[in-house]
Amino acid sequence: MTDATVAVVPRRPIEAVWLPFALVWLALVTAPLWLPLIGGYTALAARVVVLGLAAMGLNLLLGFTGMLSFGHAAYFGLGAYGAGLTLKFLAPSTPLAILLGTLLGAAAGALFGLLIVRRRGVYFAMVTIAFGQICYYIAYSWNSVTGGFDGLRGFDRQPLQLGSWLIDIENNDTLFYYFVIALFGVAVGLMGLLLRSPFGHSLLAIRENQRRARFLGIPVERHIWISFSISCFFTAFAGSLYALLNNFADPMALHYSLSGELVIMVVMGGMRAFWGPLIGAAVFVVVQDYISSMTVDWMAFVGLIFVLVVMFFPRGLLGMLARRKTP
Amino acid sequence: MMQLILFNVTNGLIIGAFYVLMALGLSLILNLSNVINFAHGNFLALGGYLAFTLAGTLGYWGALIVSPLLTALIGLIVERLMIRRVYNRDPVYSLLLTFGLAFIMQGAARYVWGPNGLPLGLPFELSQPLSASLFFITWYRLFMVAIVIVAVAGLFALLRYTAIGVRIRAGTLDLETVAALGINVHWLRTCNFAFGCLLAGLSGVLAAGQIGLNPNMGDDLLMPSFIAIIVGGVGSLTGTLLGGLLIGVAAALTTVFFPSGSEAVIYVIMAIVLLLRPHGLMGEEGMLT
Repeated sequence: MTDATVAVVPRRPIEAVWLPFALVWLALVTAPLWLPLIGGYTALAARVVVLGLAAMGLNLLLGFTGMLSFGHAAYFGLGAYGAGLTLKFLAPSTPLAILLGTLLGAAAGALFGLLIVRRRGVYFAMVTIAFGQICYYIAYSWNSVTGGFDGLRGFDRQPLQLGSWLIDIENNDTLFYYFVIALFGVAVGLMGLLLRSPFGHSLLAIRENQRRARFLGIPVERHIWISFSISCFFTAFAGSLYALLNNFADPMALHYSLSGELVIMVVMGGMRAFWGPLIGAAVFVVVQDYISSMTVDWMAFVGLIFVLVVMFFPRGLLGMLARRKTP
Repeated sequence: MMQLILFNVTNGLIIGAFYVLMALGLSLILNLSNVINFAHGNFLALGGYLAFTLAGTLGYWGALIVSPLLTALIGLIVERLMIRRVYNRDPVYSLLLTFGLAFIMQGAARYVWGPNGLPLGLPFELSQPLSASLFFITWYRLFMVAIVIVAVAGLFALLRYTAIGVRIRAGTLDLETVAALGINVHWLRTCNFAFGCLLAGLSGVLAAGQIGLNPNMGDDLLMPSFIAIIVGGVGSLTGTLLGGLLIGVAAALTTVFFPSGSEAVIYVIMAIVLLLRPHGLMGEEGMLT
């Protein structure tokens, strides 16, 4: 982290904003058309988008506020369990499941955040892991409700009812994929607006120099807490979609190893770039899918990816592109 | 009832001793190098597995001594090759690096020693119970506690009375000044990392005698060690010692009254401590012992 003293944010040329935007959306919207040609499948694309959304939510905190959370899987998993439990026990309604799942994860994040934001640096990371593991153990040991180690089964996403128009996202994977990217679009739009707002700029100020931000009158602790809560909100939102995607929620979705995977997606894509985490998620999910079909020891290879990224590509894919353009 | 509570307190102290040994190693590395070593549990497993392999030729006692030293040597190599590269960078990189290392070491252990559990044979004298009335305490458990006490006392003596120990403590407070005084802080950090791995390897050998060996045996001990550090206060080794024993006993006592809550109680303790004393029981930011 550098102590940059940038007084005026220089306006980036218009194509620098719109070109990545257009490329990303072109790729996302046409994915069901070209993915089968290169041996992929639509559910894999949906997985990329969902995990990408979770990683982008995490990046609000990690890349744009400069706080290292290693426990975001907890809020992702709570979103998944919240959605699953709603469908199973409360009401067969997809929107309600998403809403309640998201709120569950966000509320837990806001609550834990009150205790977590008191620490900084690696200690912040350590406390986030510990709080994340609380959620893991609850899901793991509360057998009667969560299904324990075997995970939560026995629910299905429900078709959407828009007036008299029925959208069958339950059985049609492609329709569900478009449903996911529509929601992804809304979430990402909100994130973009947030980052462009004065609040978003104050988060960047906190990232660059906390002490300076404090002297400028920014309530640093409260802003970090808000950023943490919002970040958990988006991650939980992605989690609820994840439960709908798989019609399943398991305790590993809350485990800190998934937190680590979310962080590596962010870093691999480039944590200073808005779209970085999505690119990272795409690479990670595809590589993981490929390796796990080749060998049972795929975890060791995932570990190798971690080490290689840290040692040789610490700026991430988009970070390297950006540096090449502006020497 | 009394005997049940006594049994669980003893149990808790023994488990707590494991947490302490593991957490002290983690804490050493964290304090001096600002690195959370996610692979610490895997160094523990490595120590146990090496003892399993060495016990064939050196016997149990030889393995007990040589295996932690070998673990420390491997730790030293890992630090020189990888971990030192991330010291002065954003903490996210050190976390990801040790995280990836944990996956790799776990995969390697599974590859070399197989995915199934293995037992570590104990000498006959150690596996006997103390007496008929104290049937729940084997000599091995007493022996483990004794070793932990010796190791902890040794560590504290090392930090207090030897040159390298004094330098480690000074480096925890202000590494730049230590470097400016002409001490090679690169080697200091390497040695410190190796000490941490030595403690992990030792706890691995001890744990293997009690619970056997499997490739992810360290994972269950890693989280409680984190909690022990947070509860005790980051930066304070005495705090870590206290935190480890506290959560060990608390978890064991909870088992008596509310078995399914024994995992949860250590997190509850952590939350309470963070609420009332954000720096932990003994923690003063950046202070060691």
